[in-house]
Amino acid sequence: MPPKAEVLQGTLDLLVLKTLDTLGPMHGFGIAQRIQQVSQDLLCLNQGTLYPALLRLEQRGWISSKWGVSDNNRNAKFYSLTRRGRKQLREEAEGWNQMAAVINRVLKATS
Amino acid sequence: MSFMRSMRALFWRLSAFFRKQQRDAEFAAELESHLQFHIEDNLRAGMSPEAARREALLKLGGFEQTKKNYRDRRGLPELEALFQDLRFGFRMLLKSPGSTAAVVIALALGIGASTAMFTVVRSVLLRPLPFKDPARLVRLYEHSADDKFPYNQVASGVFKAWKNESHGFSDLAIVSLGAEYNLSGQSGQLPEKVRAAECSWSLFPTLGVEPALGRTFTPSDDQPSANGTVVLSWALWKRRFGGDSSILNQKIRLDAKSYAVIGIMPSWFTYPEQRVQLWTPVYHEQSAKDMEVLDSHDFLAIGRLKPGVTEAQATAELSVIVRRLHDQHLDDPFVSKAANSLPLLDDVVGDIKTSLYVLLAATLCVLLIACLDVASLLVARGAARRKELAIRSALGGSRWRLLSEHLVESLLLSAAGGGLGLLLAYAALQWFVATRQDISRIEAIDMDAIVAAFILGLVLLSALVAGIASSVKISGDQVLSALQESSRSHSAGLERVRLRKGLLAMEVGLTVMLLIGAGLLLKSYGQLRSSSLGCVTDNVLTMRFSLPEEKYAQPSQRVSFFESLLERVRALPGIQSAALVRAVPGQGYAGDSGFWIAEHPPLPQGQGQYALARWADPGYFAALGIPLLRGQTFDEKARLDSPLQVIISESFARQYFPGEDPIGKHLLTIGRRPFQIVGVVGDTRFTIAEAARPMMYFPIYTSLYGNVPNEATLAIRSSRDVTSFAVPGQKLVEQLDPELAVSDVLTMDQLIGKSTLDASFDATLLLAFAVLSLLLASVGLFGVLSYIVAQRTPEIGIRLALGAQRGQLLRLTLVDGLKPAVAGLVLGLAGAAVATRMLSSLLYGVQPLDATVFAGVPILLLAVVGIACLLPAWRASRVDPVIALRYE
Repeated sequence: MPPKAEVLQGTLDLLVLKTLDTLGPMHGFGIAQRIQQVSQDLLCLNQGTLYPALLRLEQRGWISSKWGVSDNNRNAKFYSLTRRGRKQLREEAEGWNQMAAVINRVLKATS
Repeated sequence: MSFMRSMRALFWRLSAFFRKQQRDAEFAAELESHLQFHIEDNLRAGMSPEAARREALLKLGGFEQTKKNYRDRRGLPELEALFQDLRFGFRMLLKSPGSTAAVVIALALGIGASTAMFTVVRSVLLRPLPFKDPARLVRLYEHSADDKFPYNQVASGVFKAWKNESHGFSDLAIVSLGAEYNLSGQSGQLPEKVRAAECSWSLFPTLGVEPALGRTFTPSDDQPSANGTVVLSWALWKRRFGGDSSILNQKIRLDAKSYAVIGIMPSWFTYPEQRVQLWTPVYHEQSAKDMEVLDSHDFLAIGRLKPGVTEAQATAELSVIVRRLHDQHLDDPFVSKAANSLPLLDDVVGDIKTSLYVLLAATLCVLLIACLDVASLLVARGAARRKELAIRSALGGSRWRLLSEHLVESLLLSAAGGGLGLLLAYAALQWFVATRQDISRIEAIDMDAIVAAFILGLVLLSALVAGIASSVKISGDQVLSALQESSRSHSAGLERVRLRKGLLAMEVGLTVMLLIGAGLLLKSYGQLRSSSLGCVTDNVLTMRFSLPEEKYAQPSQRVSFFESLLERVRALPGIQSAALVRAVPGQGYAGDSGFWIAEHPPLPQGQGQYALARWADPGYFAALGIPLLRGQTFDEKARLDSPLQVIISESFARQYFPGEDPIGKHLLTIGRRPFQIVGVVGDTRFTIAEAARPMMYFPIYTSLYGNVPNEATLAIRSSRDVTSFAVPGQKLVEQLDPELAVSDVLTMDQLIGKSTLDASFDATLLLAFAVLSLLLASVGLFGVLSYIVAQRTPEIGIRLALGAQRGQLLRLTLVDGLKPAVAGLVLGLAGAAVATRMLSSLLYGVQPLDATVFAGVPILLLAVVGIACLLPAWRASRVDPVIALRYE
């Protein structure tokens, strides 16, 4: 089993926003599962990290939450992307891509 | 953007803070559902139920830690700590309700009294007058030729010369003092006597005041040939005319003459007196001849200095003018020789200034005592909790947290005391304004936010300083020593005790000063009340009226009015006697007249003599119990142009006829006519606060100043409650003339009460403050001593166990408490000896260093303080050594 990657500072917001953008309204467990799956088990979110992050995003008005019922009839708090959140996602994704491109270029130049 | 974001987060956090429990429950539910999802997932993956649950819990990590992370993110931990401190503070304060209440009450009284007093002083004395550019306004006076009256009122002729010849003023105005009008009733209203000011048209422009409605006088209104015009005060307009603006340009009847209402002044404007209800133009009201008199000082004059001219320059010029007039009339001793001036504000508030400053000083003492009490209580609390704080500090309690706990406690106390104090101040101000309507500018008083904030700040500061002073000691290396000291402490915090004793000595000192001040004022007030007016004052009712000159133009009309009034009043059942006089004793100065004695050699040029002048009916002296010492009263039958008679007072006879029999001699007065002296009567005082002055009486039924007098005071004496004659008396006047109003319906006792109002007011307030501070100081002393005894209980136990006598211990503790009291007493006596000099102008018949007061106060103080010390001392002597030694 490969070593699990640390979530890069500041990228957790991006991951959560993107997940919600793709899946639509989702509960905390679902978000964690999804990120784990998509990263092919490389990223495993501890809920000690996840829930404060969700709270922070909500405080900033990027996501909103509502209690609802899941597919298997369980009560859960569902988070969904707000309009401002979508805009934020675009900006952050763009910023990330730029940054990634820059870092790639730098790495290539030195090798 | 980022600001908006942080605001939103703050809002979120705040709302989370207030719905803490609900949020906690919600988050617990969310975590629970997360756990369940995980377990189900694991089950689906084929794990056994136990394994599924175990794996899920492991993955979940620290449940509580997550909650704390979440909470930190969610709420405001600092605020929560603060609330914890608040709760803790409340509990600590409630744990000792007695001392907490003492501090809160002390603070409330201190803050309340001084806020109210500061507000009064600021509004009345310090705030500029509400006139345009008030710094340039001055009141003008004449300096009398005999130097006895450097600030004398102004004669109309002198004012005329000033107006025509001076250059230093942009405006000058003249106002007659004490004018009154009989305001006739309209459509069924009762007639009413109203206080008025006759003023030159220039009064309003000089002050820079605009009317609220209509206009003020023009030069053409202000001359003998003009039609009658009147400007109403706001209060009269509201009260009498229902605030109806259609009254403008309508006619009202004053003294049975018609006047057009031309303007209404704004509600704040009253000048020159609080009581003035309307203004008329003086040059229209008075004859041209009366406005050119040089030696009758009946007017008030004010001026507005021209820009660039100083008060001294302008007054010097006026002086030159007066001097010239004086030199032109050397034969008239009553023409002044110089001019004087005062800034208008000083003039307006002059009478009340000293009183207010004395009261302010007293309230500051109370405030200081309150602060000292609070400080000393907080120091005591600090000391009592020293050990606890040291332990907490040693266990790693953050210093900031300990300090903030202390501050919160102080703040709680201050807030409670301050809130109560402000309420108290508000009530006190309401009371003050209601009680002292006579003080000029009283209408300017309103609750002053700046003053309140300032005083609140002051108290807060003292509480904080005390709070910090007692907790700062906890820091640093002191922790260890505190723990050591209190581990088996027998006389803990010596230093702290010394600090408290110092504070106490100061409290006692201030109290002594207040007590002595109050004692002096009280004694002075007692002297004032017990001094005799020179006549009967029990069950005497007085009421004033004046006959309108137009309606009662003929002397015979006036005489018949007086005669029938007296006749009817005397016929009322239950009346002992009734009389008419210009002014009863205690009613004021009323008026004087110059005189010469026909049988004596003429006085050197430029010298004059004068005496108070009264007119009275022949029965006056008997009616008011003024003894007839020699001769007889006026001829009962004398009317109109009968031979001229005068009665003089005892001091008149003593001063001007030493070693002579005055009966049968003649006074040349009132137009230098010879009045024969027919009798000598006992002295009476025109005001209770001044010794009797020479006085002469003329018969009211004879022609004096070209006619029979038209104003009088009716005095009614009865053997039973005389106030029951007030209404019948007024009815009789109404029967004689329905348009005539009476005023100042007062018993003699009320009259005296009115003239001693200042003295009784000052004395009562100062006494209240003194008692208050005595109470505060004793509470402080009691608290300190109780604390010391509690601290020393183990030590006392040891002493007892070793064989000390209980009496000895009692003495020891008593001395311990009395020492700071005695030190304070000495300090206070010394301070009072200096401070009472400030009081001397308020005292009547008492020296500032009055021996009885200076001896009585220490005795009273020691007695009260002794009682306050006795209880803790007694408790110390009752200590059970066994219990005491087990005490730790």
